[in-house]
Amino acid sequence: MSTAPKTAAPAAGRAATKKELPEHFKAYKHVWVFIEQERGQVHPVSWELMGAGRKLADKLKVDLAAVVIGPEGEATQSAAAESFCYGADLVYMVADDLLADYRNESYTKALTDVVNTYKPEILLLGATTLGRDLAGSVATTLLTGLTADCTELDVDADGSLAATRPTFGGSLLCTIYTLNYRPQMATVRPRVMPMPERLTRPVGRIVSHPLSLVEDDIVTKVLSFLPDRDSAKSNLAYADVVVAGGLGLGSPENFQLVRQLATVIGAEYGCSRPLVQKGWVTSDRQIGQTGKTIRPKLYIAAGISGAIQHRVGVEGADLIVAINTDRNAPIFDFAHMGIVTDAIRLLPALTAAFQARLSPHSRDRIAS
Amino acid sequence: MHIVVCIKQVPDSAQIRVHPVTNTIMRQGVPTIINPYDLFALEAALELRDQFGGEVTVLTMGPPSAEDSLRKALTFGADRAVLLTDRFFAGADTLATTYALATAIRKISTEFGAPDIVFTGKQTIDGDTAQVGPGIAKRLGLLQLTYVARISALDLQARTIDAERRSEGGVQMLRTRLPCLVTMLEATNQIRRGAMADALRAARAPIVKWSAQEAGVEDISKCGLRGSPTIVKRVFAPAARSEKAALIEVGEQPAEALIDAIFKRQPALETELAALARGY
Ligand SMILES: Cc1cc2nc3c(=O)[nH]c(=O)nc-3n(C[C@H](O)[C@H](O)[C@H](O)COP(=O)(O)OP(=O)(O)OC[C@H]3O[C@@H](n4cnc5c(N)ncnc54)[C@H](O)[C@@H]3O)c2cc1C
Ligand SMILES: Cc1cc2nc3c(=O)[nH]c(=O)nc-3n(C[C@H](O)[C@H](O)[C@H](O)COP(=O)(O)OP(=O)(O)OC[C@H]3O[C@@H](n4cnc5c(N)ncnc54)[C@H](O)[C@@H]3O)c2cc1C
Repeated sequence: MSTAPKTAAPAAGRAATKKELPEHFKAYKHVWVFIEQERGQVHPVSWELMGAGRKLADKLKVDLAAVVIGPEGEATQSAAAESFCYGADLVYMVADDLLADYRNESYTKALTDVVNTYKPEILLLGATTLGRDLAGSVATTLLTGLTADCTELDVDADGSLAATRPTFGGSLLCTIYTLNYRPQMATVRPRVMPMPERLTRPVGRIVSHPLSLVEDDIVTKVLSFLPDRDSAKSNLAYADVVVAGGLGLGSPENFQLVRQLATVIGAEYGCSRPLVQKGWVTSDRQIGQTGKTIRPKLYIAAGISGAIQHRVGVEGADLIVAINTDRNAPIFDFAHMGIVTDAIRLLPALTAAFQARLSPHSRDRIAS
Repeated sequence: MHIVVCIKQVPDSAQIRVHPVTNTIMRQGVPTIINPYDLFALEAALELRDQFGGEVTVLTMGPPSAEDSLRKALTFGADRAVLLTDRFFAGADTLATTYALATAIRKISTEFGAPDIVFTGKQTIDGDTAQVGPGIAKRLGLLQLTYVARISALDLQARTIDAERRSEGGVQMLRTRLPCLVTMLEATNQIRRGAMADALRAARAPIVKWSAQEAGVEDISKCGLRGSPTIVKRVFAPAARSEKAALIEVGEQPAEALIDAIFKRQPALETELAALARGY
């Protein structure tokens, strides 16, 4: 796959490699989502995946199951109960106090055991530090395919998972299949899929599976855990309003114009990748394929050209507003609204106008 | 101690151009570099070697031209370079890649000594899956430490390693046993400027080159395209939105005009923004 495609046409040679699914894989049925729980909190990406998984399951006319792994007690029980509210038909649960902290060895064992016992056809995980650590180990143990960082999931006419992700460097996407192996595994980054509606639903069927390990079997020990300070964390991925700047701003000083606008409208600020590479902005602020995916109600992009790797990180926004001097910039192909002008001049004007508009008195307050 | 560092040669993303008509990547003439993430792994390995003694072996699977990246790694001070190259490896997905790399690391063990640590980068800038590190670890039965920000202690007698691992909500301090596999986080160190002596040596140093057979591959059907469970079926350009962006006229008061247009399209935003703004 590392060879570059010659044309944008279907790669016929590879499409033809489809064979009949080996007999022992035919028992693999249903769509599963791994529910990522760390220190008592379910990562929202798990619910986003439940939304995507529900659609796949409905299309395939199979069940959607959530796999909940964690310590015994309240948090794990409530993660299981919540899974039903996000559309699970059933829950597979491995609850054991050895699973209190995420450790690769114990979680890989737990997840591969449930997969080998109950045989799903599709298994989805969040592309987080935990999910990527776990998915790679599980897929290698099961010797199956794993498609990373998908931006779209669908099932084909013949029931295969079609996992789409951006390709390197170009403005292209590719659809990847795991035709002859099961389960078909894929990871998806936080915020790529919309958060489904939570419905109050009763707890359904929970299938408990034992973790056949004792502490001595697990070599890796967690010595301690240092939670991030809240102030150090940017809430970029889950922000309602985001303002971002790109290379078009020309200098780190001009990037301050983005931060000032963000402050005035209560937004988080972000940037394109080159600004991180130049050291103008810290990497937790990068938006796009290798940064954060955002789904705000309003996204204002100033001096950003709209490369595919940036586009995939912002397409979920309700309203994309682009400010760019080049009317042919690719960002105008997917922005809802745009203005062809110099961002370095428009941004301060926009900050002042928003300030006047949103809170007539705020000018005095900030000045004092 | 013996450390193996896996590096991948990748096209320099800053130099990639897309053909305006066919929308395909124009690779001709694009310079290649060592995957930038792998330099953090290499530097971490070199620092451990400097502190504890031993050797660093760099390993890559790629076309014959990947020798350039190995020589570059030697200029930074790596002791030995192994190039795994064979047409059977072409078209590998991550599962087939880890089969080849794990096989080669076994061969390295018997030829040059078993590694105490295998390092990889966090991810590459081209395939960008972050799956190869965990895959190699699983195939070799190594314990894995991913997203490592710092190796805080190493005890070669007790055979233990302590590391700070970045997780979603904080930093996990982990202790595990050697041998293990570490995927190094970016921006955790800065690759050294190689010594003049290393640069001179690198230019002439022999590179160990193994074909699939020489590396000890027993089942060629597990390599390359044939050994890859994933299949790229379709490559296509993203659909343009049917409506192009509505362009705002740049008149006397462009900022006001833009704000009017935003609130006209999404009336609810005005009160929400006012509420958000008050939060500051
Ligand atoms: C593997 C890989 C992963 C990547 N991941 C990401 C990612 O996660 N996020 C990301 O953003 N990129 C990513 N990239 C990089 C991406 O391909 C682009 O190179 C990058 O997004 C371009 O950044 P930019 O739009 O800021 O700069 P440019 O493409 O240089 O665009 C600058 C824009 O500013 C406009 N401009 C110039 N002056 C002004 C002015 N005064 N006022 C207004 N507009 C002006 C120009 O017309 C131009 O459109 C990735 C690339 C690769 C290969
Ligand atoms: C656009 C695109 C999308 C792809 N998507 C997928 C996918 O979804 N699933 C899939 O299974 N494959 C995928 N592949 C194939 C994958 O890129 C190759 O298998 C590749 O050989 C290794 O994966 P990676 O580049 O993602 O490495 P990563 O897993 O991101 O690399 C992690 C580390 O492993 C080491 N490493 C990786 N490759 C080598 C090497 N050749 N030699 C030595 N060390 C190495 C490096 O230290 C690197 O930092 C894709 C390839 C492309 C070009």
